[in-house]
Amino acid sequence: MSTIKYTEEHEWVEIDGDSATIGITEYAQEQLGDVVFVELPDAGRAVAKGDEVAVVESVKAASEVYAPVSGEITEVNSVLDGAPATVNEDAIGAGWFVKMKLSDTAELEELLDEAAYQAFVAGLD
Amino acid sequence: MRYLPLTDTDRQAMLGRIGAANIDELFRDVPKAARRDELIDLPRRKGELEVERALSALASKNVPAGSVPFFVGAGAYRHHVPATVDHLIQRSEFLTSYTPYQPEIAQGTLQYLFEFQTQVAMLTGMEVANASMYDGSTGCAEAVLMAHRITKKKKAVLSGALHPHYRAVVENLSEFARDDLDLGEPVTDGTEDIIARIDDDTSCVVIQNPDFFGNVRDLQPIADAAHAKKALLIVVVTEIMSLGLVTPPGEMGADIVVGEGQSLGNPLNFGGPYVGLFAARQKFVRQMPGRLCGETEDAEGKRGFVLTLSTREQHIRREKATSNICTNSGLCCLAFTIHLSLLGEEGYGRLARINHANAVKLADQLDAVDGVEIVTPTFFNEFTIRTPRNALQVIDELADKGILGGVRASRLWPGQSDLDDLIVIASTEVNTDEDRAAYASALKEVLS
Amino acid sequence: MSGMNSQGRPTGVGEVGGAERKTFTGNRGLAQEELLIFERDSGACGVDFDEPDAFECRLGGNRRKGRVGLPGLSEPDVMRHYVRLSQKNYSIDAGLYPLGSCTMKHNPRLNEKMARLPGFADVHPLQPTKTVQGALELIELVAHWLKTLTGMPAVAMSPKAGAHGELCGMMAIHAALEARGDGASRTRVLVPESAHGTNPATAALLGYSVDAIPATEDGRVDVAAFKAKLGPDVAAIMLTNPNTCGLFEKDIREIADALHEAGGYFYCDGANFNAIVGRVRPGDLGVDAMHINLHKTFSTPHGGGGPGAGPVVLSEALAPYAPLPWIVERKGRLKFAETSEQVEAVGGDSFGRMTAFHGQMGMFVRAAAYMMSHGSDGLKQAAEDAVLSANYVLASLKDVMSASFEGPCMHEALFDDRFLKDTGIETLDFAKAMIDEGYHPMTMYFPLVVHGAMLIEPTESESKDSVDLFIATLADLAASAKAKETDRFSGAPYLAPMRRLDETKAARKPVLTWTPPAPAQAAE
Repeated sequence: MSTIKYTEEHEWVEIDGDSATIGITEYAQEQLGDVVFVELPDAGRAVAKGDEVAVVESVKAASEVYAPVSGEITEVNSVLDGAPATVNEDAIGAGWFVKMKLSDTAELEELLDEAAYQAFVAGLD
Repeated sequence: MRYLPLTDTDRQAMLGRIGAANIDELFRDVPKAARRDELIDLPRRKGELEVERALSALASKNVPAGSVPFFVGAGAYRHHVPATVDHLIQRSEFLTSYTPYQPEIAQGTLQYLFEFQTQVAMLTGMEVANASMYDGSTGCAEAVLMAHRITKKKKAVLSGALHPHYRAVVENLSEFARDDLDLGEPVTDGTEDIIARIDDDTSCVVIQNPDFFGNVRDLQPIADAAHAKKALLIVVVTEIMSLGLVTPPGEMGADIVVGEGQSLGNPLNFGGPYVGLFAARQKFVRQMPGRLCGETEDAEGKRGFVLTLSTREQHIRREKATSNICTNSGLCCLAFTIHLSLLGEEGYGRLARINHANAVKLADQLDAVDGVEIVTPTFFNEFTIRTPRNALQVIDELADKGILGGVRASRLWPGQSDLDDLIVIASTEVNTDEDRAAYASALKEVLS
Repeated sequence: MSGMNSQGRPTGVGEVGGAERKTFTGNRGLAQEELLIFERDSGACGVDFDEPDAFECRLGGNRRKGRVGLPGLSEPDVMRHYVRLSQKNYSIDAGLYPLGSCTMKHNPRLNEKMARLPGFADVHPLQPTKTVQGALELIELVAHWLKTLTGMPAVAMSPKAGAHGELCGMMAIHAALEARGDGASRTRVLVPESAHGTNPATAALLGYSVDAIPATEDGRVDVAAFKAKLGPDVAAIMLTNPNTCGLFEKDIREIADALHEAGGYFYCDGANFNAIVGRVRPGDLGVDAMHINLHKTFSTPHGGGGPGAGPVVLSEALAPYAPLPWIVERKGRLKFAETSEQVEAVGGDSFGRMTAFHGQMGMFVRAAAYMMSHGSDGLKQAAEDAVLSANYVLASLKDVMSASFEGPCMHEALFDDRFLKDTGIETLDFAKAMIDEGYHPMTMYFPLVVHGAMLIEPTESESKDSVDLFIATLADLAASAKAKETDRFSGAPYLAPMRRLDETKAARKPVLTWTPPAPAQAAE
């Protein structure tokens, strides 16, 4: 049974036990515009919460994506290599960026739930 | 003043709308201590005639290359540029246009950049090229940084026969990037053993071909050795004409090629502006510095061109840019591409053969002068001689006899006494039989 | 009536339809299509050279074996190709470029004539210096003008462009800090949020961390916030003045003094020097290093993106570290000090070399022609006219567009997209509609400190009529946008050589070179 949490940097985290899948939200992909390239890390890399874990590029902008939780990258979404548009088309599903094995599940408490994230987004310009 | 269209009536009317009594009101934010009543102490305005007179006087104090037998190279070469080139680059739409950030009204610029990129890739035998760097030396330094980014290693191994100015620019940038450099000794006859210096820490090997002294080498073994240690091969080409006759770096295992494009379309200009060529393997394209022009379509499906992959650049990535570079060499690129278009496959190859043939003739004639030794067994259009007298004196006395005979190696390697008797000599299509005979005869006199 | 021609023909315009008329060639009158040069390969040759006599090949076996792949065209075809390409470009000679921060002033042709004098164009950087004394004198002349105009004692002439000059200035600062002993501890550079991207890129390239200084509501550096960020780890500030919002940093002396007291150095981005040249000297504002874009303030041509030149004026403290080469005088003659040792011999401690050879001589000659033509009186007038014209634009448009700051501005006026709110029209669309009106758009989306920025710099080269028409056009566009005539904007440009281009496609699937089409299948 998985749950989804969010960050104020517009990342979503789908948690299943001590595994997590991470991507960017609908709001983020809309703000970015057409995604042209995603720079992903190598699998096996250890990341701490807040580390830069990916860079997503549109034509006119490049945004860093930060790890919402600490752990080890287990898998990266190689589909994005040839089809970066997937991020625009299905940001919360097929457009995922990385999968991680969590090292500190307590960090999940600090993340926003769906309602809190939606409220946060509504408060933005 | 002839360049200023506003009249005093205009100025008054404009001040009126602004609501300011005078122009000083618009400068009210300038701190009092920095305000000035007097004009800055420099000459007042001059008409065209006066300016021409003054600048022509300065120009006439110089000896133009075309006025004497001329054999100076060492990274900048005198070639004949067809009249069409200079005419075209002075068209308003090329000369006075801006960077093509609004592609709908800049397809002229964008298309020639795309053509330029393609030509550079063809010449170097590489898969992709950018829309130019400032010059070969800054391109070389950027290539080293790019290699570090790709390999995630920090040590660059430089050939000792790399142009000393290029080496110095790499040294300067590397010091700030806190990267390591393994510099070599200048080996003058092409037998430098650079492979022995490549190890597991090496991120890239930088080698010039033809090298500073003129030697031409097969770089494949060096490429193989570099790749075996997961390092990249960066090849530097300072005389782009050479690629009309010499095996291109892309066919010898190069990963990045940097070059100086001045030889095509661009006059000597006392050192600048020049045009840096930068080419690489396709898989490294996102790590490349500089502008890139790409093909696309417009809203009506028509083929067009745009600047692309801009997220590498400073105006988007800011701190994380691949480089801080903003301009390219615009008009110098255009001159290069027009010249190459006029030459075409047939002309480019023939011109390269002429260059080589002329250098061979000159080398043989100078070799025949007593005491002169040709140091470089291989060369394209530039070779090195050893003379029995100090090269500084030889060059100086040749100049007094009206011959600009080359560059003494000691000018670029001062304090390296074993190079004191070496002169690097270039011979291009502009040299005639008379020029060569004059050189040989003058050299004979100077050495006797 | 007699004498009438009974075979009349219509001579008026009549009912003009056919806007979508198709042509056989795809050309539309003088607007001609042009293929890539590779697609115009005719196997001809545009030069005449005789094959050399047989020669012994001395390439050590490294002779090129295959073709390069270049197309061959005759001279007339080459000429036609590039003339047709040129017709698709906007240019200063054809119209106003309101590009803020670029200073798109007139490019005098005298500059071009002087640069082509054989004594300047046909001299090699490594000829014996006694044969190029006039060239060294020219460089010294331009150096003298730059130092005098800025009130600074030294100048590094070799940087090849503005961003290269920034690198040079920051390298000099780094060298000075090292020499002073606190280079290792000073690792932070302060940069306003509104700075041009080259500023943080330059600082990062040199290993500094970049600390952004916020702006106040009136568009200037927040001095209190700046002072709070000062500390013993600050190496420098990189400040643009006038700043990228087109405003003079009125607290600049206070900023410079506080910075110097904290042990840091003041780098000034001189991109906007056109606003103050001849009137204000950056040396009087406490600047330690400032690059000057010769292709902005001093009219050297933009050439479709380059070449530029970015000499850097330096304070007494930084002068010893200037890059190679230096020009020195010995026994009445000018010479180059082109190695570290030679510079040490004259008391310097150069940080090294920025580029091969000596710098952008071709641009120095052009700048010299411009400087001498204007003189100190003409330059001051140029700066004043530039500032006047920008304020005229600001005053004329502030009620119909949204000016980001209360005037007066300097040589450029900043607007933002608040006036487009609820119209469904973005800054980008507004700009593209300007193209249909025959104008190159202004600088868009820069600086980042306001939303949908529009930065307008008319320069001093525009007549009042020209500026009036420009103002009227923008007012018309603004009215149209507020009236939600979205059609005019969303599909613009309609009348340019191309419609809007698909930049997403270009970035997702980059095609950066032409490749020959695959040969037709032999079996067919």
